[in-house]
Amino acid sequence: MAKYVEIKNHQREIFYFRLRLVISIGFVLLLLTILLTRFIYLQVARYDYYQTLSDGNRISVVPIVPNRGLILDRNGVVLAHNYSGYTLEINPRKTTDMEATISELSTLVEITPRDRRRFKKLLAERRNSETLMIRNRLSDEEVARFAAQQYRFHSVEIKARLFRDYPLGEKTAHLIGYIGRINQTDVDQLEENDLAANYRGSDYIGKTGLEQSYENELHGTTGVEQVEVDSAGRAVRMLSRKPPVSGNTLVLSIDAKLQEIAFKSFGNYRGALVAIDPNNGEVLAFVSKPGYDPSLFIDGIDTQSWDELNNSPDHPLNNRALRGQYPPGSTIKPFMALAGLFYGTRSPSHTISDPGYFMLPGSSHQYRDWKKDGHGSVDIFKSIVVSCDTYYYGLATELGIDNIFSFLSRFGFGKKTGLDLEGETSGLLPSQEWKMKRHKDKWYAGDTVSVGIGQGYNLVTPLQLAYATATLANDGVGYKPHLIREVRSSRSNENRLIEAKPAFDIKLDPAHLDLVKRAMAAVTQPGGTAAQASAGAPYHIAGKTGTAQVIAIKQGEKYDASKIDERHQDHAWFIAFAPAEQPRIALVVLAENGGHGSSTAAPIARKVLDYYLLGKVPTPLPDIVESEDAQHD
Amino acid sequence: MTRRQLWRRMTAHLDLPLLLGIGLLMLTSLLVLYSADNAGWGQPLKQMLNIAVALTCMWLIANLPLHYLMRTAVPVYLLGMILLIGVALFGEISHGARRWLNLGIVTIQPSELMKIGVPLMMAWYFEKHEATLTLKNYFIAALLLLMPVALIARQPDLGTALLISASGFYVLFLAGLSWRVMGGLFVAALASAPVLWSMLHDYQRHRILMLFDPSQDALGKGYHTIQATIAVGSGGILGKGYLNGTQTHLDFLPERTTDFIFAVYSEEFGLLGNLILLGMYLLVIGRGFVITANASTYFTRLMAGSITLTFATYAFVNMGMVSGILPVVGVPLPLVSYGGTSMLTLLLGFGMLMSIETHKQLVKT
Repeated sequence: MAKYVEIKNHQREIFYFRLRLVISIGFVLLLLTILLTRFIYLQVARYDYYQTLSDGNRISVVPIVPNRGLILDRNGVVLAHNYSGYTLEINPRKTTDMEATISELSTLVEITPRDRRRFKKLLAERRNSETLMIRNRLSDEEVARFAAQQYRFHSVEIKARLFRDYPLGEKTAHLIGYIGRINQTDVDQLEENDLAANYRGSDYIGKTGLEQSYENELHGTTGVEQVEVDSAGRAVRMLSRKPPVSGNTLVLSIDAKLQEIAFKSFGNYRGALVAIDPNNGEVLAFVSKPGYDPSLFIDGIDTQSWDELNNSPDHPLNNRALRGQYPPGSTIKPFMALAGLFYGTRSPSHTISDPGYFMLPGSSHQYRDWKKDGHGSVDIFKSIVVSCDTYYYGLATELGIDNIFSFLSRFGFGKKTGLDLEGETSGLLPSQEWKMKRHKDKWYAGDTVSVGIGQGYNLVTPLQLAYATATLANDGVGYKPHLIREVRSSRSNENRLIEAKPAFDIKLDPAHLDLVKRAMAAVTQPGGTAAQASAGAPYHIAGKTGTAQVIAIKQGEKYDASKIDERHQDHAWFIAFAPAEQPRIALVVLAENGGHGSSTAAPIARKVLDYYLLGKVPTPLPDIVESEDAQHD
Repeated sequence: MTRRQLWRRMTAHLDLPLLLGIGLLMLTSLLVLYSADNAGWGQPLKQMLNIAVALTCMWLIANLPLHYLMRTAVPVYLLGMILLIGVALFGEISHGARRWLNLGIVTIQPSELMKIGVPLMMAWYFEKHEATLTLKNYFIAALLLLMPVALIARQPDLGTALLISASGFYVLFLAGLSWRVMGGLFVAALASAPVLWSMLHDYQRHRILMLFDPSQDALGKGYHTIQATIAVGSGGILGKGYLNGTQTHLDFLPERTTDFIFAVYSEEFGLLGNLILLGMYLLVIGRGFVITANASTYFTRLMAGSITLTFATYAFVNMGMVSGILPVVGVPLPLVSYGGTSMLTLLLGFGMLMSIETHKQLVKT
């Protein structure tokens, strides 16, 4: 009986399987029928249509390049836009004697040696059968003059093109960056990211700055026209058209006027300034000085201009705010003070007696204070106000490098801030582990001493220091700095706001914060190191001056600015936030080889703060009378 | 042993009707490649090498007794999964997708292995639980399918993921998954589509839309479709004649030796040629169904059915894509497109079919 059931089941199973197999065969036949129907439709019913397309006339797919998105400041001031203009272009394939053509052209329109050099470079780099630009921005008169003589130049034509323009030029060069011609590396990159189709017909791509980091937003979507062309390649009929979609508009958090004032306030100094709204991480000004003219790069920079920029001792191409790494000097002291309070190494009332130097136990090496005879009795408040070195030599030694490392890294030192620009450097926050890896040597007590006043191995970027200052101003709650406020879609009216999200909360004791912030506010009051630059301000500035040594001074020698080559003079720092009670702006000023923070960096900061908080456009500030206290940091 | 005996032994496990169909398609491949290569020998010669290697592997598999074949299921599947996870973690990115794994000497694409590995594993699983099949077993088998498919889909290689899903689904279908469950799944998939859609990023939605409307991407893949459709349509009933395809020889056709080789064929041989080609495919598919119907065990029935149906699907998807009724996914025309990997995978499958057909007497006793 049992056996009978089994066999029966087996047969039923086979039956069901075969049933399914028959359904499968039906399925396959259905697929074949679909294909056959399609073939008959294409090859019989529509044969004439496709025959025509394939014969004689052919379809050409022409890309239509979208307009690149605009870049605006927070108030709508244009920082990058496009304008249409006429260019004179030569088709190298139709030209037999290039030199003759160019010199003949130069009798009609002005062709500068720079134009010639750029043309030569384009000629060497050309990728396909495109025409190459010899002159851009032709005036109406030049266009008319050439048009009258066009019959003489069969290989030259006038084209209307869109140009990118940066109204603020060098003042925003390091921020906005520039676009440039697409080269082989860009092509490879685009293919790698499956974007090559969208760049058919595009000549330019963002190369640095925001133009580079927001390339995907700015470029837009390439449109396409399908046209029938005859055997000579002329368009006969348009078959379909899909319009291009312009790139999105970027609205920055930058205040263009503030940026301009900050740039100009540097006078002849090189340096960097970063201003951040501590309440949300929006970057208000982002200056690296000197700048350069970004328009030089758009159509390929000629060798001579490149050499001038690249070999200049001022290094104008170096983005100091983002990539420059400097010792923080005394600007590190407020953070060190917080570390001392945090770990309980120092209490607010603890005082030391400063003889003007510090010695490690069992060593005769003197770590000198900037003030030869010392500051007398110093507590933590005074240590910030007068920038007492001796206090921090001792504090750092007692804290130890491990605690210093762990506390300062919470403020973002030694790490990239994650700003939306490419190429940020991470500075250096030294640790035992780092020194072993980098220098194959153990950490010495002496290393810690100099770290305490920001002169050891530590390096910061102006951006990093600005971020740390903003975090301090906002009571330990850090916002990741960002340059973009809003992306405005060109397609719809849908705008994407970039929302501020607290990166993290350091969770500091409010009493400690209050003490350090009060001390920083006292720095700008009479008796403090930045009193002069802050005199007469109707709001309170909390700040800290700093000096970063460029060359080491030997034991027993005194730093004498007059004896040292200008480029070896100290860098001047000033960090600040204001109003001290309810900060709306936090900033960092670095003046390279500026000497003292109080005399060069602080006045620059003052002008920026006056504009931002009072709307005051600067007139030259009164000359600074240098007192001894104000002279060093 | 005489020469005749040796020959008999060598060919004992080859299935002649199947071999005939495969051989015809391969000849077509060489013929079209010669034309697509602008009457050059480069690609046809390399393709001959691909064919030789693949035929040898097919012969080896065909000689493998069925219980050996079954035993490979778990290791092949596990190896495939490990490689897929390896790709997800360390894979090389090329053209925006992470599909290849660089093993120092060779770069491999594990999703190719899974085209065989997944149905093999599922058929093995069903065989193991043949006596006591419940809904739970179908569920587990579906899981065996979905894990590799999910890994491949997120590479992202949506085309391959869908094709492997199809070959896995065929196993489930042939294993007797109830109509009610299939209907339920279909409804569930339809219902969840809007939810999934709302979870996608803008750019992902754009990509999917582009897949179904090539004119949205007329500068990229859409261009291929437009030009391929012109090639097919202008072929007419009798074709433009061998080596006379203008679309082909004026370089309008992209990827004309690989995914779009059917456009070349169709332009030169027309509707008549298409009928002949469909006939050749029908020969292979039909023989596959006969082998499936005659297969002696549960495992071999499922495996043979899935291989045959998958082969038919590949052919349909490729020709449908080239003639503009299906989105452009990277599927070669089976046995005709240039390429060693797909040739090898296909012939491994046919080797299994032959083994299933020629070893069944031994199992039946």
